Amino acid sequence: MRWLLRKDALILARSRLLVALLIVYPVAIALLIGFAISRAPSRPRVAIVDETPPGQTVQVGSQRVDVHQYAHQLFSQVQSVDVHTRAEAIEKVKSAQVLAAIVIPPDIGSRLGSGVAQAHLELIYNGNALVQSLVQSQLRSALAQANLGFSEQIQQAAASAIDVLLRGGNLGVLGAPNLVGLSSIPGMLQRVIAHQPPGADRATLQKVAAFANFAAQNLQLSKNVLSTVGQPIQVRSVLLHGRRTPLDTFAVVVAVTISLMFVCVLLAAGGVALEREEHALTRLLRGLVSREALLAEKSSLAAACGFVVAFALLAGVSAFVALDWSRAGLWLAALAVGALAFGTLGVAIGALAREVRASSLLAFLLSLPLAFLALVPAGSVASGLYEATRVISFAFPFKASLQALDSAVNSASPGLGISVAHLAGLTLAFGVIARLGLRGAAD
Amino acid sequence: MTQTLSVESVGKRFGDLHALRDVSFDANAGEVIGVVGANGAGKTTLLSIIAGAQQPSSGCVRGPAMHNGRGIGWVPQQPAVYSKLSVAENLRLFAHLEGIAKPEPAVSRMLEQVGLQGRARELVEHLSGGNRQRVNVAVGLIADPPVLVLDEPSAALDPGQRERLWQFIGERAGDGTSVVFSTHMLHEAQLFANRVIVLDRGELLFDGPPLELIREAARGGGDGGGDRGVGPGGHGRDGADGGVGPGGHGRDGADLEHALVAFLEARGR
Repeated sequence: MRWLLRKDALILARSRLLVALLIVYPVAIALLIGFAISRAPSRPRVAIVDETPPGQTVQVGSQRVDVHQYAHQLFSQVQSVDVHTRAEAIEKVKSAQVLAAIVIPPDIGSRLGSGVAQAHLELIYNGNALVQSLVQSQLRSALAQANLGFSEQIQQAAASAIDVLLRGGNLGVLGAPNLVGLSSIPGMLQRVIAHQPPGADRATLQKVAAFANFAAQNLQLSKNVLSTVGQPIQVRSVLLHGRRTPLDTFAVVVAVTISLMFVCVLLAAGGVALEREEHALTRLLRGLVSREALLAEKSSLAAACGFVVAFALLAGVSAFVALDWSRAGLWLAALAVGALAFGTLGVAIGALAREVRASSLLAFLLSLPLAFLALVPAGSVASGLYEATRVISFAFPFKASLQALDSAVNSASPGLGISVAHLAGLTLAFGVIARLGLRGAAD
Repeated sequence: MTQTLSVESVGKRFGDLHALRDVSFDANAGEVIGVVGANGAGKTTLLSIIAGAQQPSSGCVRGPAMHNGRGIGWVPQQPAVYSKLSVAENLRLFAHLEGIAKPEPAVSRMLEQVGLQGRARELVEHLSGGNRQRVNVAVGLIADPPVLVLDEPSAALDPGQRERLWQFIGERAGDGTSVVFSTHMLHEAQLFANRVIVLDRGELLFDGPPLELIREAARGGGDGGGDRGVGPGGHGRDGADGGVGPGGHGRDGADLEHALVAFLEARGR
């Protein structure tokens, strides 16, 4: 087997295009994933026409908001381009210099300040459905934030007013007198009542004091009611099982597992098929090498190459995403077992397909759907279909390798031991299939 | 005379198809045996079974030096060598796989014998078809086997390369190697073989010297099967006496071709 390994390593080293692909492909995947994870999505260019008079403000309770400044803060999610007129904005949209334009009408301040009329923004856009969807999505998000921002400011103003009503003080309006706080009224009334003789007036004052006490207590509660109205629904997450896996590191695990699968499966399948194409398989199997040794050699070589490439990829991506290098031993174990399982799947494909092109095609046709099926989340398809995807994913090494690496990198469930045992079983099963595929190889 | 190979009642079935039926013959040291017959006669199947590349459905192949496919040099019809390895690397690899104690002297010897010393470092993919076939033959002979089996060895060669190949094979036979080869070129069998074996639809119809087949055909095909009695080693000829080598017999190859056609027609084949 040593000489076969040496021979295949030599052939691999001389197949420059193949080696280049084996290096370039995972590096490209690593860079794509890295950039996709580390860079925020680009902001669409949107023209802003602010028709409000310079310096216009909106009074919200005791606070005053500069409309122009607020508009720019509001549209921070887009790359804003200031234009002066609506016509100019339309021209920019037509000439595709911007994806869309937003017109802030001159009456927006008065409408917002009125408290009874809704303010309006005008959105002008062009382009295809994708562009429209992108712009609408961004602006809806911006508008939702704006509404929430105003709601919070109104809530704060109302809360301040309630505080003044409760504790007393000035509402901030020039010339207005200092108010007596509602919460101090019951005490004041009790002192007055103490000097009153029993009678109708005293009874009336006691009723007023009771009401003032009741009003002060409930006005305090209304602050909580206001915050509930401002954000009526809040999300509280409960994780039923499993450990939390950060999305970016999970993406890294997916990218590395896909690369590991392609390198191992293609190399192993091609290695076995190449022996047939070179007509050397018959010569080898007539007593020079056993079928088991040949399959073990091919799957080991493919696994070793896949292991090196996948580890390099993992290390490369760690430049973009923070990975816990203290767990590197577990990464290596997960990669090694996964690589061997993929290598064995590859030799099974090579033994059954019988020639390089067919085995490469079969490897691609099998690998891509396996990756997609393993990533189908529960609840996204009908339950019967989901069960079918689970069965298929269970019968091939992708999902188990993904789970093993996810466990090694992110401490995700199921644990590494379970995935490794699963992969060992699959390695054995595909080894048997490969051996059966080579049964008549020399015939 | 040393017997090196014994094919005993070998049969091979592929499903319902009988590729070989009860084929038996022996080979002695230095003998050159040509296996002839039409396409589908079972020539390649027979040679593959002798070489250990296929298992027979019935019967067996024996030989004093044979063990699990080893002891027989195998030169398949298509060069079974690695195109991304050099000539020397291919020989070295198979020398190691054959378990040769001292691989390097064996590699040098084979390079010299097939005349590729000057091209030892060239990748096989850069060689002509003829030179690839020489590497193919050299790999088959690297372990210095007592029996050499060649499946249509000259099919891809030009006349000059063919001549050199047969000269080389003749030299090996002269050194005592038993050679069994298949061919569609009957003049090669007539010129270089001591014995010819005629296969048709998996049956061995004739086993004897080429001249005897010609005489048989001239007599009108004999008794329609009596030649099957020509048994293993029945001719008692030494390969060296056959004068193996280009033109060694001084016979016209067309004779055997006509004789084979007449022989088969006489048997209703």
